Amino acid sequence: MTTMSATADLASAPTRRISSGARWLAALGAVALVAPFVFSDYHVFQATQIVVYAIAVLGFNLLTGFSGQISLGNGSFYALGAYTSVVLMTHVGVPYWAAPPIVGALCFGVGFLFGRSATRLEGIYLALATFGLAIVTPQILKLDALERWTGGNQGVVISKPVSPIPGLNDDQWLYFFCLIVAVVLFAAAWNVMRGRSGRALIALRDHPIAAGTMGINVPVYKARVFGVSAMYTGIAGALGGLIAGFIAPGSFEIFLSIQLLIGGVVGGVASIFGSLFGALFIEIVPDLAKHASEISPSLEWLAVVQYPIYGALLIVTMMLMPGGMAGLVASARIRIARATATPPRI
Amino acid sequence: MTALLSLESVDASYGPTAVLRGVTLEVPDGGMVALLGANGAGKTTTLRAICNMAVKTRGRIRFAGRCIDGMATESIVRLGIGHVPEGRGTFMTLSVDENLKLGALMRRDRGIAGDIARVCDYFPVLRQRMDQQAGTLSGGEQQMLAIARALMSRPRLLLLDEPSFGLAPVLVQEIFRILRVINREERMSMLLVEQNARLALDLVGQVFLLETGRVVASGPPQQIAADETVRRAYLGQ
Amino acid sequence: MQAFLHQLLSGLADGSLYASIALALVMIFKATHQVNFAQGEMAMFSTFIAYTLAGAGLPYWVAFAITLAFSFVFGVVVQRVIVQRLGRLPHASELTAVVVFIGLLVLFNGTAGLVWGYTNKEFPSPFDSRAWYGSTYLSPHEVGMIVVTLIVLAIVFVFFRFTRLGLAMRAAAENPQSSRLVGIRVGWMLALGWGLAALLGSIAGMMAAPKLFLDPNLMGGVILYGFAAALLGGIDNPWGAPIGGFIVGVLVNLSGAYVVGSHLKQTLALGVIVAVLVFKPSGLFGRTVVVRV
Repeated sequence: MTTMSATADLASAPTRRISSGARWLAALGAVALVAPFVFSDYHVFQATQIVVYAIAVLGFNLLTGFSGQISLGNGSFYALGAYTSVVLMTHVGVPYWAAPPIVGALCFGVGFLFGRSATRLEGIYLALATFGLAIVTPQILKLDALERWTGGNQGVVISKPVSPIPGLNDDQWLYFFCLIVAVVLFAAAWNVMRGRSGRALIALRDHPIAAGTMGINVPVYKARVFGVSAMYTGIAGALGGLIAGFIAPGSFEIFLSIQLLIGGVVGGVASIFGSLFGALFIEIVPDLAKHASEISPSLEWLAVVQYPIYGALLIVTMMLMPGGMAGLVASARIRIARATATPPRI
Repeated sequence: MTALLSLESVDASYGPTAVLRGVTLEVPDGGMVALLGANGAGKTTTLRAICNMAVKTRGRIRFAGRCIDGMATESIVRLGIGHVPEGRGTFMTLSVDENLKLGALMRRDRGIAGDIARVCDYFPVLRQRMDQQAGTLSGGEQQMLAIARALMSRPRLLLLDEPSFGLAPVLVQEIFRILRVINREERMSMLLVEQNARLALDLVGQVFLLETGRVVASGPPQQIAADETVRRAYLGQ
Repeated sequence: MQAFLHQLLSGLADGSLYASIALALVMIFKATHQVNFAQGEMAMFSTFIAYTLAGAGLPYWVAFAITLAFSFVFGVVVQRVIVQRLGRLPHASELTAVVVFIGLLVLFNGTAGLVWGYTNKEFPSPFDSRAWYGSTYLSPHEVGMIVVTLIVLAIVFVFFRFTRLGLAMRAAAENPQSSRLVGIRVGWMLALGWGLAALLGSIAGMMAAPKLFLDPNLMGGVILYGFAAALLGGIDNPWGAPIGGFIVGVLVNLSGAYVVGSHLKQTLALGVIVAVLVFKPSGLFGRTVVVRV
């Protein structure tokens, strides 16, 4: 259930509701714009990573939450995007700012083909196949045959983009670059979900057979969503490479796919805003754990305890709060609206 | 003589849909009772309510003096009720022999092999198909298997949901004859749900008539059969 | 020729691991139509328990036996506490089950890392490396792997085929409703099934650890081969699973040595998975499932 459809049930007057949503968005936007000037370089780096993760988690949500195709292997698309971007930049000479669209198109194609051939894979079988894909991705990346492009085990160093704007340093520029890409992608997703395609997607997810009989070309739709998901995730991977300055097969182990799952579930899989929560979560929590564990040697275990906690969190969230954070926020807003709603005139 | 099974003002529903309203009926110890009614009257629901199968019930259900409403199905069955369900409930991939052994699963005595021989005397075709997968049996054979399986637990009360369904008349006659024999020789009480009213009337000593979840008539079969309105509405005459 | 035989037999040894894991996966799938993504991690966790017991000075087979008991209880507890609740959730979907199982995977992997760390550990083998039954083709441990697996498989099959409890468990998996009508406590049968599956997994783990070294990622690759084996044999066929396991073991080993290179063995397993799902979803021995619209 998206936050949009949830808020559509509010009892309060429409104009008040829209402006409330817009107010939140404006506040978010203000924070996003001001952040890089207020925080240190390290935090700007973190904020940029959050923005990039948000795109990746959104890609995951579109596939799993909105179209109901369970993917445990989106990390592979992230890797595909990262490496494709590197190849474009180092072997084809594409500048860093032109790489994301090309990466996006390529990843869309791969994802579409993948989705097209995977139409026979339903539910857990798709989950199984993508799980396998996530496991073998590092193995494929380490292949000697691909070493020319992937840099093999050692990986590839990526030069950091230089800021073209005098007032901004490199980190701040990269942040805004990623932010612009994210805003475009989020706006596009929002638009699509509000329209016919969005409704078709949800029909596809909840009643696939009925959707087919109503004229929705199910296999093509599913393949398209796969393509879009791969596109978003791939672009995120490309941007992620720019931020990290370095990629190696070891950066794309199965845990990456699981992180995207965690981000999706904790934030709320069927929610666009949920991906923001999720991205915040998967970036901040490990960081907090790391810093907490460095306070004193007796607290070293804190760095490691986050992993079992993720597991427990996945279980508890999915069983008790399947809508994730976005779902909680949505039901809280409904409750507040009901409490403050003006009674109807008799 | 106290009733072996009694239902008192039982309401039953599937989720929000109410199916039975205030059903009251009894099966005397050693007796044969038929539950008749049109399609959708709630006959199968009544049997399911007795065994607490996916139905929510209110009201009192007693078996052999014990209150069984609210008990888990497997616990109810262990008290001595054999249920031949709608659709037969055959274990398709298991052999005929294994199906029968499952019927006797709760028994600890040594008479199981002997009982298998006995039910095969009632239904010789089962003996021929002992090691075959039960799913390969015909509908009629599976029906016989289902009854045989229920008999294997040596129940005090046998619940049968439309044992004649989809069977050739000759076969149905045979099954009903066997039921009569079992009732006489082993004093097994039976509650029979049937659409084929005529056959049931010949077999049982008491009839309850269900209409949209309520008992609208009850009495000995001759009385029910003689009632003009009942005959027109339910017996197709 | 010698090298070929070595790869073949070594493949059988690896296949014995996949056979056990595949059987565990199929058992759970048959009973609940769920894929236990966490099967490998549960096996790894049990193996760490064995490691701790052996490290505390217990003789190998004592530690082995206690670990079997632990893993059985482990499986039962996971089913009773979490898996059973899955079925009762009002909003449950396939995604719910998958996420919960991945959650279990992460939970067990993370807990093992927390308790025992991520460094490789040596795990003892009960089969002396100089034993008489070793040869140039198979180390004594590999011989042991195959023999232990075959014995365990035999016991499992005798159990399911010839005991009352085994019959009750098969019935509960096949038709829960009818099972209740003959007095079977279906919930507990499912729990026992999980316990047995976990037990099978722990045996695979303890057989794998001496060869693969023990760390939280012990079963990370093995589970993939296990999935391939389970699908190849027929995801709902308990006979097919072990056969699938040995086939996958030999196939992957031989292909790794002669066709695709050792670095693509896991990718080959993925290829098997995809090929089965796309071309013959019921596997070699399973029943084709018709989805009623």
